[in-house]
Amino acid sequence: MSGSNPPAGRRAPFATDWGMRIFGILIIAYLAYASTQLDLGLGRFINGLGEGGRFIARLFPPNFERWELLLEGLLESIQIAVLATVGGIILSLPLGLMAARNIAPWWVSGPTRAFIAVCRSLHYVIVAIIFVKALGFGALAGIAALIIASIGFVAKLFAEAVEEISMKQVEAVRSTGASGMAVLLYAVLPQVASRFVGFGLYQLDSNLRNSTLVGVVGAGGIGGTLFAAFKRFDYDFVSAILIAIIALILLAELVSGRIRAAMR
Amino acid sequence: MSAALDIRGLTKEYVAGKPVLRNLDLSIGAEGITAIIGPSGTGKSTLLRCINRLVEPTRGEIRLRSAEGSIDMAKLSGRALRLARRRIGMVFQEYNLVERLSVMENVLCGRLGYVPLWRAWLRKYPDQDIARAFQLLDAVGLPEHATRRADALSGGQRQRVGIARALMQKPDLLLADEPTSSLDPRTSVEVLEMLTTLAGAEGVPVIINIHNVALARRYARRIIGMSGGAIVFDGKPEDLEDSHLTQIYGGEDWL
Repeated sequence: MSGSNPPAGRRAPFATDWGMRIFGILIIAYLAYASTQLDLGLGRFINGLGEGGRFIARLFPPNFERWELLLEGLLESIQIAVLATVGGIILSLPLGLMAARNIAPWWVSGPTRAFIAVCRSLHYVIVAIIFVKALGFGALAGIAALIIASIGFVAKLFAEAVEEISMKQVEAVRSTGASGMAVLLYAVLPQVASRFVGFGLYQLDSNLRNSTLVGVVGAGGIGGTLFAAFKRFDYDFVSAILIAIIALILLAELVSGRIRAAMR
Repeated sequence: MSAALDIRGLTKEYVAGKPVLRNLDLSIGAEGITAIIGPSGTGKSTLLRCINRLVEPTRGEIRLRSAEGSIDMAKLSGRALRLARRRIGMVFQEYNLVERLSVMENVLCGRLGYVPLWRAWLRKYPDQDIARAFQLLDAVGLPEHATRRADALSGGQRQRVGIARALMQKPDLLLADEPTSSLDPRTSVEVLEMLTTLAGAEGVPVIINIHNVALARRYARRIIGMSGGAIVFDGKPEDLEDSHLTQIYGGEDWL
């Protein structure tokens, strides 16, 4: 085509987004300000690298001599993770249904959502500290903390899954004269069951990871062993523990990945 | 024959002051197919959904009569409403089967209003319910599909399951909301044929919302024309003329 555009004035093909530009400038300014506040100089970094090198050197070779202690901690972590996941899932099922705004009345879903939000709002390590203070040292505090974390995750995602279901299927079952519970059983749960199992498996994965940390604050599991080894500068034992944790997590991801694939 | 359904002064306003149904009066006989035709958005679906209270009517009386007595659907709530819904079967445009459940489970949904919850949960339905479900699956031509998942079926097959589910309730009234609008022409005829035959055999009156005027003429013994939330034609199919269709749908170029 020949250039038959009107010569007068260039037409802007895209709108200028001033809001975005100002936002970008503000972010850059804040980054510059924050990094000067925190003493992040290059010298400090290079100095740190040297320390890191010495630390890494002391990690090797890993020392598996105290494998019984290691295994004991690991098994306790697994128990904490499994119990917390099962407990959390059992509680998440009704909570998730109660929090779904399409099937629960607002005066049920509102408070339930608030409760789930509280469960999510605190990091599980902080929750673990609270439970250690309340229930005393040991696995019970870790389990309780991870149950709270599991509710925060599984119940929230489950409620969202329930809110995405097809209400047509619900309507059809309701129109047969089915009771509320029967509608849940026949129209709601079949639509979300497989996703719920998926959330549960994912939570088991992340609880395994989390259960290795709650021990640091005294809530049971391998974390306690790890923290003690750090404090005693037993870095070769530390590396043995880290390797064991990595192996456990990789194994768990492998297994749950297989289960998820089989369910599809 | 006495009326199975008596609607008096039914009004539905989704938004106050903007009625979708305007003071509707309608009596449906105790048997046969009644077709409701009318443009989209004229309240046909709302009318059907008011009858089984999937939609809350704003005003009016919806009296359902049967051997079990006469009740005003518009007044019910809670348990009484659930018990009344059992007497009304419904077939949907998009079948509305529970996709993740098997065909048999979907058909047995029609008994959920009758069996105790634990039986429904454990799939321990009474033998006569199972027998009737198989009988209905045979009748709708799906004898081999009982254990297949509903989402594995074709559209026509799904609607047959939908019909079986509705009849499983042993309803006193069957509502069909655009049952053939998602189906191809041939399947539409097959499904309507089946609906007519089975409902006739069970002696259940059917109210059917339908866009296809030719199909309405072919299967209904009575046609209701709706426009703007009111009934503008009510008569036998052979009395429905082009002038009525113009009145119902507006315009005339499409005729």
